[in-house]
Amino acid sequence: MSRVADRLAALSAAGRKALVTFITAGDPLPAATVPAMHALVAGGADVIELGMPFSDPEADGPAVQAGSERALRAGTTLAEVFDMVARFRLEDRATPVLLMGYLNTAERIGYEEFAARAAKAGVDGTIFVNLPPEEATDLRAAYATHGLDSVFLIAPTSTPERVTRIARASTGFIYYVSLKGVTGADHLAVDDVAGKVAAIKRVAQIPVMVGFGIKDGASAARVARYSDGVVVGSALVNTMGAHADDPESIPDLLSAQVRDMRLALDGGT
Amino acid sequence: MQRKGTNEPYREPTPDGHFGVYGGRFVAETLFHALDQLEALYREVRADPAFEREFHADLAQYVGRPTPLYFAERLTAVLGGAMVLLKREDLNHTGAHKVNNTVGQALLAKRMGKPRIIAETGAGQHGVATATVAARLGLSCHVYMGSDDVKRQSLNVYRMKLLGAEVIPVHSGSRTLKDAMNEALRDWVTNVDNTHYIIGTVAGPHPYPMLVRDFQSVIGQEARAQCLAQTGRLPNALIACVGGGSNAIGLFHPFMNDADVEMIGVEAAGLGLETGKHAAPLSAGLPGVLHGNRTYLMSDADGQILDTYSVSAGLDYPGVGPEHAYLRDLGRARYVAVTDGEALAAFRRLTQIEGIMPALESAHALAFAEQEASRRSADDIVIVNLSGRGDKDIMTVAELDGIRL
Repeated sequence: MSRVADRLAALSAAGRKALVTFITAGDPLPAATVPAMHALVAGGADVIELGMPFSDPEADGPAVQAGSERALRAGTTLAEVFDMVARFRLEDRATPVLLMGYLNTAERIGYEEFAARAAKAGVDGTIFVNLPPEEATDLRAAYATHGLDSVFLIAPTSTPERVTRIARASTGFIYYVSLKGVTGADHLAVDDVAGKVAAIKRVAQIPVMVGFGIKDGASAARVARYSDGVVVGSALVNTMGAHADDPESIPDLLSAQVRDMRLALDGGT
Repeated sequence: MQRKGTNEPYREPTPDGHFGVYGGRFVAETLFHALDQLEALYREVRADPAFEREFHADLAQYVGRPTPLYFAERLTAVLGGAMVLLKREDLNHTGAHKVNNTVGQALLAKRMGKPRIIAETGAGQHGVATATVAARLGLSCHVYMGSDDVKRQSLNVYRMKLLGAEVIPVHSGSRTLKDAMNEALRDWVTNVDNTHYIIGTVAGPHPYPMLVRDFQSVIGQEARAQCLAQTGRLPNALIACVGGGSNAIGLFHPFMNDADVEMIGVEAAGLGLETGKHAAPLSAGLPGVLHGNRTYLMSDADGQILDTYSVSAGLDYPGVGPEHAYLRDLGRARYVAVTDGEALAAFRRLTQIEGIMPALESAHALAFAEQEASRRSADDIVIVNLSGRGDKDIMTVAELDGIRL
């Protein structure tokens, strides 16, 4: 089993909900990322999604766009992203790390090289928001060689046939996008989420995480009633942005923010 | 020079929208259902003679088609080589080929019952063409435009506003066409239930590259018939500018099976390919994925999309339609690039010796056509797609001349 599957199985066995946290690598500067990752874990994060900054984040809202721009302005490269994970792994071999971003990052260097370098750094898999399973045959072949997970997304607009196809293609977990919109949007409808997640769970063999629009402990706890866990991103990225000129303060702030969500999730289960 | 192609036969895109390894559908999952619906509707209407009649009636009565295939006699004489014929897309309603596609897509939006239209625009021609058809059908229209382009194309911004469209300046990234497209995709993902996205070029996720090409193919269908009628034979070469590549594919596609007709796409070399300040992904880029399709892109070693530069806002885009990427690799079409300076010289020459003021985009095709026609014998025929008129560019040219209007 992969590190992601192991971690999620252990949580499930303990009757706990998974807390998946997203920050962008290199935001607000490359040196801030590894301490931030450890801070997320200290606050109670179960899985880390590390955004690979991209020049044209077409599926992201203003918060994650701004994080990506800060990281690129600070000169963050793909080699550094891999290096951040490798350095994180020196102290933390247990917490799964997924890279998240846009496919061109892997297209440009080639799937095989991307997968090899990611695996070597201690990355557990990826989430590409603009890669549907139909286009992922070659990538999945490369990932199989290197033992990487590929998480695919399901949307409120996905038809039942697509839900089944995506649920089967995804490994590690399934990412349910809780609303029609970009990351960090503001119109989360929990009732819709409940029905859709139930439909996914009927065909899925792996856990279902819900993300987009979850910003605090209360919204996390509400959504987690119907899913195996939640993904929180923009709210954390906003913290990075608000304290970009004082990066030393970021780890404690992130830990506190994640701890609130952790408590809400654990209290709500 | 570009490497020789594989010389494999041309094939139409696969059912899932692949032109060879290019094209496809690389978008957020939320958009899949809308793309499926659009594709299903499109396949249905293509088989429906009533839709075909309605589309062609609109092209005739609203757009003003067919456009002439004009023998540029003085230009031909000055160049001293091949006969130069100009496909006069500049004479369309709204002044460019863009309206062929927006008329077709507006009919699709109407059939889908979607009351809200969004579009991206660079030079503003596609935005104006979209605002125009939206006004005619009473649809609400929202056009995304990079804030730098809003500044350099203020005339078209005002035209869109007069037509009742909302123009939304995009301040992110390089503040040009690619950023407008990012923002249009974000809008669509949020409002997909009631909104049709009229993409203006032969790029984006399947079915757009095929659908826009088909609507634009009226250019080549007319040109082919007109050339046969006027000269008794097919042309030797077709020349068109390539940003996203819709006017080029519209001219090329109906000639695809005419093996002896050469196809030449002209990209924007900006200040020169060697300077890095250009917008020529087919000449100087590599394959990658952006805006829903795999194609040639200008990106760095990490896959970050590079800022592009061209005097022509309509060519200022780091990608290109996937069918062009495919034609390049096959060797069926070849792609070259001309600089700002060469395009401006061609702009002036056509204005002064033919009394036709071309768009700066089209002037790129003309600049290469001048070289190509000079090299060829007087027995050859070259068709140049004059994709748009230059009125929108007068401020840009005046500024380069140091004149304040």
